[in-house]
Amino acid sequence: MTADQWIALAAGIGGGALRVGVPFLFVSLGECLTEKSGRINLGLEGVLVLSAMAAFGGSYLTGSPWAGVLLGACVGALLAALHGVLCSLDGVNDVATGIALMLLGTGLAFYFGKALIQPQAVQLPSIPLGNWSDNPVVRSALQVNALLPVGIVLAVLMWWAFAHTRAGLLIRMAGDSANATRALGYSVSGIRIASTAAGGFIAGLGGASLTLFYPGSWNEGISSGQGLIAVALVIFARWSPLRCVGAALLFGGAGALGPALQSIGVGWGYHLFNTVPYVLTLLILVITCRPGTVVVGSPGELSSTR
Amino acid sequence: MRIPVKEIALPVLAITAALGIFGILVWFAGVSPVEVWATLFKGAFGDWFSWQNTLQRAAPLMLTALCVALPARAGLVIIGGEGALVLGGLACAAMPYVMPLPDNIVGTIMVCAAGALAGALWIMLAGWLRQFRGINETISSLLLAYIAIGIFKHLVEGLLRDPASLNKPSTLSLSEGIRIGGIAGSDVHWGLVLGVIACLGLGLWLRATASGFSIRVVGGNPRTAQLVGLPANRLILAACGLGGACAGLAGAVEVAAVHTNANASLIASYGYAGILVSFIARHSPVAVVPVAILFGGFGAAGSLLQRRLGLPDASVLVLQGIAFVLILASEALRHTDIKASLAKWAAPRPPAAVPGTMHKGLPS
Repeated sequence: MTADQWIALAAGIGGGALRVGVPFLFVSLGECLTEKSGRINLGLEGVLVLSAMAAFGGSYLTGSPWAGVLLGACVGALLAALHGVLCSLDGVNDVATGIALMLLGTGLAFYFGKALIQPQAVQLPSIPLGNWSDNPVVRSALQVNALLPVGIVLAVLMWWAFAHTRAGLLIRMAGDSANATRALGYSVSGIRIASTAAGGFIAGLGGASLTLFYPGSWNEGISSGQGLIAVALVIFARWSPLRCVGAALLFGGAGALGPALQSIGVGWGYHLFNTVPYVLTLLILVITCRPGTVVVGSPGELSSTR
Repeated sequence: MRIPVKEIALPVLAITAALGIFGILVWFAGVSPVEVWATLFKGAFGDWFSWQNTLQRAAPLMLTALCVALPARAGLVIIGGEGALVLGGLACAAMPYVMPLPDNIVGTIMVCAAGALAGALWIMLAGWLRQFRGINETISSLLLAYIAIGIFKHLVEGLLRDPASLNKPSTLSLSEGIRIGGIAGSDVHWGLVLGVIACLGLGLWLRATASGFSIRVVGGNPRTAQLVGLPANRLILAACGLGGACAGLAGAVEVAAVHTNANASLIASYGYAGILVSFIARHSPVAVVPVAILFGGFGAAGSLLQRRLGLPDASVLVLQGIAFVLILASEALRHTDIKASLAKWAAPRPPAAVPGTMHKGLPS
């Protein structure tokens, strides 16, 4: 390979990490918030797809991408709130409900999104991080989604809030011991429904960045399991919002491997390289999980880690 | 035998309610709900043609539902049946590349066995990861499904590709004698019979044999299973293997009876619909049969909804999603004693506690 090809490959993966990683960042932050309160939401996959459609539709109808972002996030919050309410009913399993929500969200997105496959919506502005470079490949690779800084600020905010605010402590308490929360006179269901809905709102931002930045159009294959990978990402990040940023970028880079190789002419194994994020997730789970023990840092009430 | 009235009535009520909500949704889209319900029924069970279409779709649903139901009876939530189905179809189509096959029923059995084996190994991997590495099987099986689809596409578009398949990469077609034919006088293939036999057989196994009973003990109460010394690891792997074999068989049947080769049409989310079928059937293999026929019917009616009433083809997915959510919500009703809560509601309220009486007798 020539030097130019190496630069193109590095730019492809690095730029891909910043582009592809943004949806991962928001979904994993949303899942992190939900899981901190002691509930798992596999339905974030459905939330992601539905909010991606809603954000695209909102931007198409109003002409403002930011209105689309808001609509996507609100729709995501609504669907996640449904998950929260259903799970708080007696005898309802949160894993099964998550799968149901995944189906429902995908169905609704395809149903209402049929009309959106053709049109073009106004896209989110990009931030040119690569202007220092003379290399056009590097410059175009570092055109970053305007939502990326929002996500990083949100991660820091969440990290701070979990440690220092009353709401953050309440969420962590509901996640670690439902009995202790009840004993102090707080409603465990209430806290969990609120956290699940807020998690859906954050994941909705990820959905918006899928259709309003990269790849930037609405189609039915828009999210191939990114909402589910988030569940594994949160385990990888040990339920820390700050580590979610690193994990999301790592996965973005892994997801960009296939297209980056194709762009420099390596056609072989395109589909195999596309499975790298899933293989990586599985490997991380193999490394971090131990039979019969709980993953370090996991909320005590979380069903998926017990 | 006790007839489980509540177990049947609640899903029926939930599906009726789902049809109601779906009616409201299409009403917003400017289509008459009554017409939608009529079309759904006509497309699913209206005439012999619709019945054939329905039964043909019910076959893979039964088998993929078993891939959820059997592990669920052992206490595992496996949702990656789609991966087992896809790899089962791939293994079935790849058999002629590996060895020369007799062009008769023996060949059919061999390709189907290859499919079942591939599916069994794939789901057993998820079971193994859970038992021996402590990885949540729901997440791992789903990741494995995406990996399976990647492997499938890689091989179908590469090593196993029939050079004659231009626009749609496919493997070489199975020879005529190996394919699974229709049941005499219909378009319904023998895969349906395989599905029904698998459901009834595995249902009987769970109910009537010691090993089946052990699996239910392991799933129902792991601590009891440990106390009586059941080999939980082996039983769980067996449940995963059998379930995966069913999903793999579903893929093999789809290849050998419907597509004749492996191509991207195989990835038709039968695996995901099977999750729904199994949950509605409350993970009972016998109950899977009628539920799979009902959902096969919804699937068959989907294209009629699209053609007759101009609704998007995702409409059926929405209906399925609403039905799933409502059925899960109805679980809450199953756990409450309806008569008792009605009586409690009708009874006169007890007088409100007088403040301060609670701590009477305690030193203040």
